[in-house]
Amino acid sequence: MTDLLLFKGIDEPGLNTIDVYRRTGGYESLKKAFSMPHAELIEQLTDSGLRGRGGAGFSMGKKASFIPQGDMQKYVVCNADESEPGTFKDRELIQKNPHQLIEGVIIASYAVGATISFIYIRGEYAQQADILEAALVEAREAGYLGENILGSGFDLDLQLYRGAGAYICGEETGLLDSLEGKRGNPRLKPPFPAVEGLYGGPTLINNVETLSAVPHIIDMGAKEYAAIGVQDSTGTKLVSVSGNVKRPGNYEIELGTPSREIIYGLAGGPPDGREIKCWFPGGSSSPVLTADDLDLSYDFDTMAKAGSMLGSGAIIVVDDSNSVVDVAYKLAHFYAHESCGKCTPCREGTKWTETMISRIKDGTATPMDLDIMASVQDQIIGHCLCVLGDAMAMPVGSLIAKFRDEFEVEIEEARQRRERELMGGVLA
Amino acid sequence: MSDPDLDLLPEFHTSVQRFDKGSRIPGWDRAADLDKDPAEVPDPADTEVPAELRAEIEAEMARFPDIHSAAIPALFAVQRRDGWCTPEGIRQAACVMGVTPAYLTSVATFYDMLNTEPCGPRQVYVCTNISCSLCGADELLGLLQEELQGNEEVHLRGFECLGACDIAPMVSVDGVYVGPVPFDEVPELARQIAAGEDPLPARQLVKRPSADPKVSGSAATNPEGSDA
Repeated sequence: MTDLLLFKGIDEPGLNTIDVYRRTGGYESLKKAFSMPHAELIEQLTDSGLRGRGGAGFSMGKKASFIPQGDMQKYVVCNADESEPGTFKDRELIQKNPHQLIEGVIIASYAVGATISFIYIRGEYAQQADILEAALVEAREAGYLGENILGSGFDLDLQLYRGAGAYICGEETGLLDSLEGKRGNPRLKPPFPAVEGLYGGPTLINNVETLSAVPHIIDMGAKEYAAIGVQDSTGTKLVSVSGNVKRPGNYEIELGTPSREIIYGLAGGPPDGREIKCWFPGGSSSPVLTADDLDLSYDFDTMAKAGSMLGSGAIIVVDDSNSVVDVAYKLAHFYAHESCGKCTPCREGTKWTETMISRIKDGTATPMDLDIMASVQDQIIGHCLCVLGDAMAMPVGSLIAKFRDEFEVEIEEARQRRERELMGGVLA
Repeated sequence: MSDPDLDLLPEFHTSVQRFDKGSRIPGWDRAADLDKDPAEVPDPADTEVPAELRAEIEAEMARFPDIHSAAIPALFAVQRRDGWCTPEGIRQAACVMGVTPAYLTSVATFYDMLNTEPCGPRQVYVCTNISCSLCGADELLGLLQEELQGNEEVHLRGFECLGACDIAPMVSVDGVYVGPVPFDEVPELARQIAAGEDPLPARQLVKRPSADPKVSGSAATNPEGSDA
């Protein structure tokens, strides 16, 4: 098992203060980064193989290299919206080690030449935002932010922005609109944010965990970082395990660890006497896997090959005491609530899926509805500006595909239950 | 023998709010008033803005390259003062920012944390998303609703994933996360919420050690530090 990187000494008292962070070697990577040319920094990030930890898994170095050269105002935005159900890793990173993130943002801003940067944190994380705010004040006082940082001639203004409760603002262009003070509606892409992002300027957007890994990559060098993990999934990953497990929480693992070791070894598996019915490998938006898939290696490519995705690294375990219809209803209800309403397939598709699943529950559905539901999911995927609709269609579609029998049994049981209720009045 | 109860028959359309002639768009049948003046930025001469609110919003506007970015912080400032985004507060914020109240209202209605209807000033959220509901969040919300019934100071509601699935089922009391909340501690929690006390101090998220056994001082290496 490799050493901890992001979680190194995470429970050390006072790590959220600049003194303790510096004592543990903090802000040394920043000094090292300032001694390197921009191009070499970006090359280091690319060579490290670091893939975005927010969900899409795109190479961070490549994303940074898309930012055009030139004198225009550029921005770095850290996505700390973390609203994907099941995900809570960024919360722990921000709360316990905010300076690691700040250092990562400064290095990324320096690499792409951004002099104004933002951390967009979801409004619900009020305590974490206060901690981060205090850390930003400390960093400013210590000269890590502001003008001519550490004598490098590089200026950076880093601001914290608190969101107000909208899942869609975790989508990068929705986040940018929200940051610009609008409703958080996603934008048509292209142009991608790297070309035309915040206030129309080139913008690099990365997740908290991605940016928190940057100081470690600079510190240990790209080669050594790339040696951790497996091919095309390098480094360590925080996994948030929740649902029906004995020890829910965040665990830092080497990518490529068997899934069984994470769910049973680290998180303790389902409660005694229960079996795993299904599990979401990457947040509630990922297609579900079953107990048969537990021996798969937990990395980007294996999860994709298994028909799902690693996403944000949030594993939600559902045991056999739960009904899949309830799980599907929760999902559909959530996405219907959070759909911004801009694209018709998503707005109507999520709403009707929710309505159709509630018909199953109240006994007015027929088995044919399952086919209609599956076809609705096909109509959503790929037909919207962003992937919110897909994020419902994929898991709900996979639940129907993998647990069709259970859906049919539930439809029939609910139908009979309703019939008895209706007939009760007649027979009395 | 009586007829089956017609009220129990399916009513497929009840979950979608319908307006005149079955339309889903409120006011679709009313013609636009072409003589009406376009929305205006409130005139500073006849809009009284308390100095505190003005200072707070102006400080936010100064933080961003574009003053529009201060919309959400300004609405939060109004909500902190009034308990919700009151039309009067929105008008004052719009006056300071130099935008129309309609613009700020459009922003306020998009976000779950901004209340555009009157409600109590204390914000209590119970996460009812998938991980929490697997651990009994819906029952928790029901119990808490019973306990806090009739308390107009508290705005209690089920909320989408609050990003604390490790302490499921959980409650956010004015931003303070507590969990896992056992059902027998709900009356105590309700009492603390109503009295404005620190909610379940032993169960607050910020005091929770890491779950990862590789972290020194984590819940696994120091079992008494954890309530798991």
